[in-house]
Amino acid sequence: MTVEVPESILRELESLKLENAKLKAELAGEKEFNKYPMSLEEYKRYGRQMIVEDTGGVEGQLKLRNSKVLVVGAGGLGCPALPYLAGAGIGHIGIVDNDVVDTSNLHRQVLHNSNKVGMLKCESAKQVLNELNPHVSVETYPIRLDGANAFPIFAKYDYILDCTDTPLTRYLISDVAVNLQKTVVSASGLGTEGQLTILNFKNKGPCYRCFYPVPPSPTSVSSCQEGGVIGPCIGLVGVMMAIEVMKLIMEVYTEESFKPFLTSYSGFPTQSLRTFKMRGRQKTCACCGENPTITRNAIESGEVDYTLFCGSRKYNVCDSMERMSVTDFENDYHDRQDFVFLDVRPSHHYSISHFPSTHNIPLKKLRDMGGSISELQEHVPNIDKESEVVVVCRYGNDSQLATRLLKDQFGIPKVKDIRGGFFKYIDDVDPSIPKY
Amino acid sequence: MVTVKVEFLGGLDVIFDKQRIHMVNVDSSETPTVKDLIDYIVKNMIRNPNDVDVFIENGTIRPGILTLINDTDWELEGGEEYELEDGDVISFTSTLHGG
Repeated sequence: MTVEVPESILRELESLKLENAKLKAELAGEKEFNKYPMSLEEYKRYGRQMIVEDTGGVEGQLKLRNSKVLVVGAGGLGCPALPYLAGAGIGHIGIVDNDVVDTSNLHRQVLHNSNKVGMLKCESAKQVLNELNPHVSVETYPIRLDGANAFPIFAKYDYILDCTDTPLTRYLISDVAVNLQKTVVSASGLGTEGQLTILNFKNKGPCYRCFYPVPPSPTSVSSCQEGGVIGPCIGLVGVMMAIEVMKLIMEVYTEESFKPFLTSYSGFPTQSLRTFKMRGRQKTCACCGENPTITRNAIESGEVDYTLFCGSRKYNVCDSMERMSVTDFENDYHDRQDFVFLDVRPSHHYSISHFPSTHNIPLKKLRDMGGSISELQEHVPNIDKESEVVVVCRYGNDSQLATRLLKDQFGIPKVKDIRGGFFKYIDDVDPSIPKY
Repeated sequence: MVTVKVEFLGGLDVIFDKQRIHMVNVDSSETPTVKDLIDYIVKNMIRNPNDVDVFIENGTIRPGILTLINDTDWELEGGEEYELEDGDVISFTSTLHGG
C-alpha cells in the first residue's frame, strides 16, 4: 500500500534537506576559519582600525579582544567613552553605576535617552553596547562603590576608567587600583573644561595621592549639578579616555616611553589642549610610597575613612525655628507684600526662572558686603533692621548660609529661609515654574 | 625686574575678573621666585579679600590647585623656590572633579 504524500510536505522535506546541507557546509567552513584567530565578521568589523599601522593589526586587535576594562560611572565621561570601547572590540567591559537616568543628564550622557528616564544608567548603557557589538561581553554593577565592595570587582579587570564625579570616589578608585596593581585612566570635567591623566601606570607611575596628597576643602569642590557643564566639552574628555585605554592595551605606552602627564582641555573661548609634565611617584605617598598606610586591609576594614578625609560642607547652620517649609511659605507669605524676599542664587541661575517681586543678591555678593546694611540698601532699598526677610535659593543650602549672614552680620533678626528652596517649591506647590 | 605670563585655569579666573591670562612684572632686590610671585598675586591681583582663601591655604597654594612652570609641575622645578626668568609661563589650575 502506498500513501499519497502531500506535495507541500515533499517540498518542505526538500528545503529542509537543502538547509541541512548548507549548515553542514558552514560548519565545515567554520572549522576552516578556526585557523584564523577571529571570525570573518570580526575581521570586517575591525578592518578600518586594524589597517591603522599603530594598532599592530590583528595582534593589536587580539589584545583588545582579550582585555577587560572597568568603567566606573556611566555619566558625562562614561557615556562617550563606552561606545568607543565596545566599538573597538574590547572583549570585556564592566560598568559600575547605581544612579538612574534623569532628564537633566541627557544633554551630555549620550547613551541614555528620553525613554530611559528612571532606568539604571549601567543597564541603559549595556543595552546600547550590546546592540553596537555582540562580540563584547558587558557586565553591570548597580552599586555605589566603597572600600568594602571595590576590591573583588576591580580584581576582575585589567584597566580602570575613573568617570566619577567626587574627590571621594577618585581617591578610593586610585587607592584600590594601587593595591591591586592596576593602571587607571582618570578624567574629570566641569563647565567648559576637562582634565585627563593616567594613574599608577604599570604600578610605577604616580597615583592620585601623589598629585593631591591633601584633599581640597569641600567648599571649593563644585559638581556638574552645581557648576554646570557643556555636554560636548566633557564628552570630548570621555572620548580621550577611550583613546588612552586603547593605547595602554596596545602597549603604545611602555615603561620607557611613559611620562606622567595631565592633559587640560578648554572648550571656551578658543579650544585648546595642553599636556603638562607631572611629578612621578612620590616616595612619601601614603598609598604608593615607601611606607604605605592606605593598604587593602585598611581600605576594606573601613579604617581609611574617605568621608572624613574629604570632609563635607556644613549647611545646617539654621535651627528649625529659623526655617519654614514650602507649604508654610505658600500659606503665610504668598499673598503678602510686606516682607523682603531675597533670592541668593547666582544671577545666571536667577535669570532662568524666579519668583516675582524678589531681589536677587547672590550669596557671594551678600558675603562681600561684610554686614554693611547701607551697602545692602543700595540693592534692596526697602530693607532695614526691622524688615521681615524671607531667603530662598535652589535647594535650601545657600539660603541657610545667607540667613546666618543677615542675622549675625547685618543684624536683621526677622529672617527665615525656605527649606528645600525654589526647586522644592516647584515640586510640591507649583510644577508650572521652569526647573533646570 | 622679571616679566612673566600668569594663567588662571580650571575656573580660577573667577577671582581675577574672569581674565585667564595676565602679564605680571615681579620686582625684587634678588632674583624673584615663584613664592614672590604668589605674594605679588595675593597682594596686588586679588581685589576681593574674601577670595584669597580660594587661592591660598595655610600660607601656600590651596590643595586642589596645581601650579605649573612652563607646562611642568612645579614639584619638578623646585616648587616655591624656583627662580623666575623673563618669559616664564606660570599656570595655576584648579582640579576638576565633575564627571
